[in-house]
Amino acid sequence: MRGEKQAFFDNPDNIRTMLRVFYGICILLFALDFVIHRHTEFRAEGLPGFYPVYGFVGCVVLVFAAKWMRTFLMRPEDYYDKRELADFDNADSDAEATHAPAPVSGGQEHV
Amino acid sequence: MAPFVPFFIAAALGLFLRGWARALLFIAVPVVGLANLWLLGTGSFGHYAILDFHLLLFKADKLSLLFGYLFHIAALISVIYALHVRDTLQQVASMAYAGSALGAVFAGDLLTLFIFWEMLALTSVFLVWARRNGRAYLAGLRYFTLHILSGLLLLGGIVFYGQTHDSLAFGPIGLDGSVLDNPAGWMIFLAFGIKCAFPLFHNWLTDAYPESTPTGTVFLSAFTTKVAIYALARAYPGTELLVYIGATMACFPIFYAVIENDLRRVLAYSLINQLGFMVVGIGIGTSLAINGAVAHAFNDVIFKGLLFMSMGAVLHVTGKINGSELGGLYKKMPKTTVLCIIGAASISAFPLFSGFVSKSMVMSAAIKNGHDWVWLILLFASAGVFHHAGIKIPYFAFFAHDAKLPAREPPVNMLVAMTIAATLCLTIGIYPQALYSLLPYEMSYTPYDVTHVLTQLQLLFFSALAFVWLNLRHLYPPELPSVNLDAEWIYRRLVPDAMRALFDRLFALDQRLRGAAVGGVERMIEGVASHHRADGIMARNWLTGSMVAGVVLLLGVYLILGWL
Repeated sequence: MRGEKQAFFDNPDNIRTMLRVFYGICILLFALDFVIHRHTEFRAEGLPGFYPVYGFVGCVVLVFAAKWMRTFLMRPEDYYDKRELADFDNADSDAEATHAPAPVSGGQEHV
Repeated sequence: MAPFVPFFIAAALGLFLRGWARALLFIAVPVVGLANLWLLGTGSFGHYAILDFHLLLFKADKLSLLFGYLFHIAALISVIYALHVRDTLQQVASMAYAGSALGAVFAGDLLTLFIFWEMLALTSVFLVWARRNGRAYLAGLRYFTLHILSGLLLLGGIVFYGQTHDSLAFGPIGLDGSVLDNPAGWMIFLAFGIKCAFPLFHNWLTDAYPESTPTGTVFLSAFTTKVAIYALARAYPGTELLVYIGATMACFPIFYAVIENDLRRVLAYSLINQLGFMVVGIGIGTSLAINGAVAHAFNDVIFKGLLFMSMGAVLHVTGKINGSELGGLYKKMPKTTVLCIIGAASISAFPLFSGFVSKSMVMSAAIKNGHDWVWLILLFASAGVFHHAGIKIPYFAFFAHDAKLPAREPPVNMLVAMTIAATLCLTIGIYPQALYSLLPYEMSYTPYDVTHVLTQLQLLFFSALAFVWLNLRHLYPPELPSVNLDAEWIYRRLVPDAMRALFDRLFALDQRLRGAAVGGVERMIEGVASHHRADGIMARNWLTGSMVAGVVLLLGVYLILGWL
């Protein structure tokens, strides 16, 4: 049983079945909007499909906005480290062994 | 006995005890402390006077008691989670840290609050430094600097407060008037705000928490920010400004969380996002909103602790925490996977999980008080938090592509701690009255009605649908090893660079001025010397004949003067 469970998500059929169930639930939830009377406090909230559309569109906008933010926010992984830790390592090696400079230390400025 | 006392005693004893003795003591302290607090109930004791100040060590009402219970539970879970650690520094610091949080929550006056406020910073920074590498050391320093700044602002605020008020009792302070009219109110507000990770002051959290040890982060996530929430709820309920600050806090971190690679940093961003909901609640200030805020703080400590614990377990077992390096762990860590998913469902506010019963209170309060836009932002933030904390964390750690890392289930004590937290998440979600009875205001609120459940499920399932769609179309941003610029860039890059450039300029100017001065002195010496050198005018010999001619000329002048 353990072997079967381990391979569960490795089997594309399982994933396909799960996604079908998931889509089914989504359709059902959307359909319930037309059946169940909701008490609402916000004008747009009463529109059928408000929450599904808001959730879906909100998340797509979120992801695209975040992807766009990457274009100007993203820096290499060692962006801060290469300077801060270079200073740190220098201080460290100065304290311990002045005769052996750390390999990364090339002075304070790395361009 | 004041609740912080057992923790401080245990911390002191922990310096000398080892192994099982220390483990038993550290487990016993939160349990006994909880019983002690239960017996104490509301009331106050511990009047003492320093100079002219009348101070109060312990004052409990329903608001502080709720946080008191919470901190005992959080301490117990975190201690169990950290039982396998053999690091006296970390374990002693964490006990003293939990004690400081309890001291701050039950402080009856501002000066006592200040003492514990600083103790919080002082004890917690060792949990960051306990990682014992360069990054943790520097992150800890930045963390410590900001928290000491917060403490100093608090102290300054207390000084101004003491001048205008007769007593230092810790009660509503408020933000009436401008900064000049009410400096105390604003300074204390800012001091609380720094600890509460207000926007632009939030980077100590995303900076230090992911650099701490796997066990240290669990302690850190429980106490500091929640003490700040408590302090805001006590001193600034109904401050309109907080609604907008909170909405910002709920909204902007989710963008960062989507593109962040370090999964514990994703959780740190989502911690700010959850704090946003609480801050909005405090800002609205009605009894429902305050109840919602503190209930959400209660739940957040537990489910965020659970998520940090599961990611700590992943880090402990695999040594990796970046989404780009993880994946497929569900095969080797099925228990951790399930526990993590319970935490994820709780933070996403799925019905029957704890987040649902508290977040909806804040949302209802927002819309009942006419904050339509804030409500829309919070709804967006709810969908977003599901997106990053609810799906991204479990998906990239445990599913996604199989990174084939060597892994196993974490130590038993970690699993036990996570199980306790997960059980609490489910208990509160299924039987919310247990939590509601502890809330500061009486109220009748039923989270489970058809509308709430249906709309929440719709929101979450269609957020998930967006994730599935984006992933299948390969539109989802891949996990990349990277650093994303945030407000911290100002003090980690901009200011150091500016200072460096400024000092380079100053040094260059200094060099030129010195050069000019030295040149001037040299020229002067040169000039003086040139008159005294061998050919110089001052060093020339005078001929005897010219001397006689001079004397004759002088005598001639005398003669002419005598005649006149």
